[in-house]
Amino acid sequence: MMLLIPCPWCGPRDEAEFHYGGQAHVAYPENPAALSDEEWARYLFFRDNPKGAFAERWSHSAGCRRWFNALRDTATNEIHAVYRVGEPRPVTS
Amino acid sequence: MTPRTPGADLPEHPDRLWSAAEPKASYDVVIVGAGGHGLATAYYLAKNHGITNVAVLERGWLAGGNMARNTTIIRSNYLWDESAGIYEHALKLWEDLEEELDYPLLFSQRGVLNLAHSLQDVRDSKRRVEANKLNGVDAEWLDPKQVKEVCPIVDISPDVRYPVLGATFQPRAGIAKHDHVAWGFARAAAALGVEFIEHCEVTGLRVTGGRVTGVDTPRGTIAAGRVALCAAGHTSVVAATAGIGLPLQSHPLQALVSELLEPVHPTVVMSNAVHVYVSQAHKGELVMGAGIDAANSYRQRGAFHIIERQMAAALELFPVFARAHVLRTWGGVVDVSPDASPIVGLAPVEGLYLNCGWGTGGFKATPGVGWCFAHTIAHGEPHPLNAPFSLDRFVTGALVDEHGAAAVAH
Ligand SMILES: Cc1cc2nc3c(=O)[nH]c(=O)nc-3n(C[C@H](O)[C@H](O)[C@H](O)COP(=O)(O)OP(=O)(O)OC[C@H]3O[C@@H](n4cnc5c(N)ncnc54)[C@H](O)[C@@H]3O)c2cc1C
Ligand SMILES: [Zn+2]
Repeated sequence: MMLLIPCPWCGPRDEAEFHYGGQAHVAYPENPAALSDEEWARYLFFRDNPKGAFAERWSHSAGCRRWFNALRDTATNEIHAVYRVGEPRPVTS
Repeated sequence: MTPRTPGADLPEHPDRLWSAAEPKASYDVVIVGAGGHGLATAYYLAKNHGITNVAVLERGWLAGGNMARNTTIIRSNYLWDESAGIYEHALKLWEDLEEELDYPLLFSQRGVLNLAHSLQDVRDSKRRVEANKLNGVDAEWLDPKQVKEVCPIVDISPDVRYPVLGATFQPRAGIAKHDHVAWGFARAAAALGVEFIEHCEVTGLRVTGGRVTGVDTPRGTIAAGRVALCAAGHTSVVAATAGIGLPLQSHPLQALVSELLEPVHPTVVMSNAVHVYVSQAHKGELVMGAGIDAANSYRQRGAFHIIERQMAAALELFPVFARAHVLRTWGGVVDVSPDASPIVGLAPVEGLYLNCGWGTGGFKATPGVGWCFAHTIAHGEPHPLNAPFSLDRFVTGALVDEHGAAAVAH
């Protein structure tokens, strides 16, 4: 089995062409100097790990070399949506 | 020819090693997950601490998770003092475990070679050998010729893509038969009064006033004085039911076996640089593992290109494998932590205990972590050997960074 990932620019390609970027929508802290140690730990080390819908980053590194986001179900590996960086996480039913 | 009755020539079904219990209304300790760690923890809770009103709840069947999916490599040659402490404690327990459990575990101390393929590998490996020696862990640095003496089938020619420049060798390392280890612990714990409840998924942790009071399951709510998580790849899911976030990511990790072959491979060989590790099981199959699949997933299967790359690496190291056939590949879901070290200790909720983050390498720790985690649960505070592996190290910054530091894959 290998994921078939629909790059928003190139269309469906084999997973082997992509590089994984982990959880999407993790913003750099607006005021880093103001963070407590707990908040730094959250930002650096804690990521969501749901069994279900997960918004994540992929780079089509062996293709167009562009980053994009995907909404994938980690229980089934089904990809519900792909969308461009900067766009909000799509709402799925 | 008269048709033979199917099964007529098979041995009798062996006696049950534990009996399937109906859940009681309450237990002193509920352990979530009947993998190696849950079973070993239950055994040492009963054996070392006299706590026997214990249930191990398992969503599937006993040892159906990573316990029976791993490549069974056991070693303790980690770089940092904290890791050497807990893994060497485990290795010492392994050395007496067959006797302790009175059960055959096929524990075979055939040694492990961790190959070095670059100048940096060589430097890191030598440093690790010295660190191991300081911690009382057996370790040697071998040059390529000595590697060949230990394992004649390794290709040490200099003109390959990643030539073997040497290896560390831990003679006391080895392999064991993982399902026997699970059954041995289960049988011994059952004899001391521990109950095993299979097909009983914990769907929620009950917390009142900051203290855990029990667990929800499809077979009803079970009250518990203390709850100990040993759910490996699913720990995040269980912890989330009590609002606890953990620095874990769940990934598939794959392995494979060849068909049965004559004995050709006398030891265990690991190579982090080319991402493969190989041993030959007692029956004769070559057992090989690779690295994790990059993307998070709770599917117990991974992508085929990982297997393909792993085979390419194995073939370059062991040209003799060219004619071997892959019999079976499979995957497990492993919980990876940011510093590639486990989290064993207290949780933000009172009465709840965490044992997770063992990622790709927790089989070798089974007796050691069972011992230390049982102590942690019994005393409400960490055993000195797992104290460094607290959850709050991610806040204090006292990481145990084994990523790349020890030959960390397994
Ligand atoms: C392919 C592969 C190769 C590996 N190779 C090695 C190796 O060579 N050496 C090594 O040291 N380590 C290795 N590992 C890692 C090792 O297998 C794990 O670190 C170790 O098994 C984890 O502890 P465990 O045995 O308790 O986990 P598991 O056996 O996975 O136990 C966790 C149990 O919890 C159960 N569970 C989960 N959620 C719930 C719930 N909500 N309610 C009830 N039960 C639940 C699961 O069904 C499972 O049975 C490997 C792992 C894999 C997948
Ligand atoms: Zn593309």
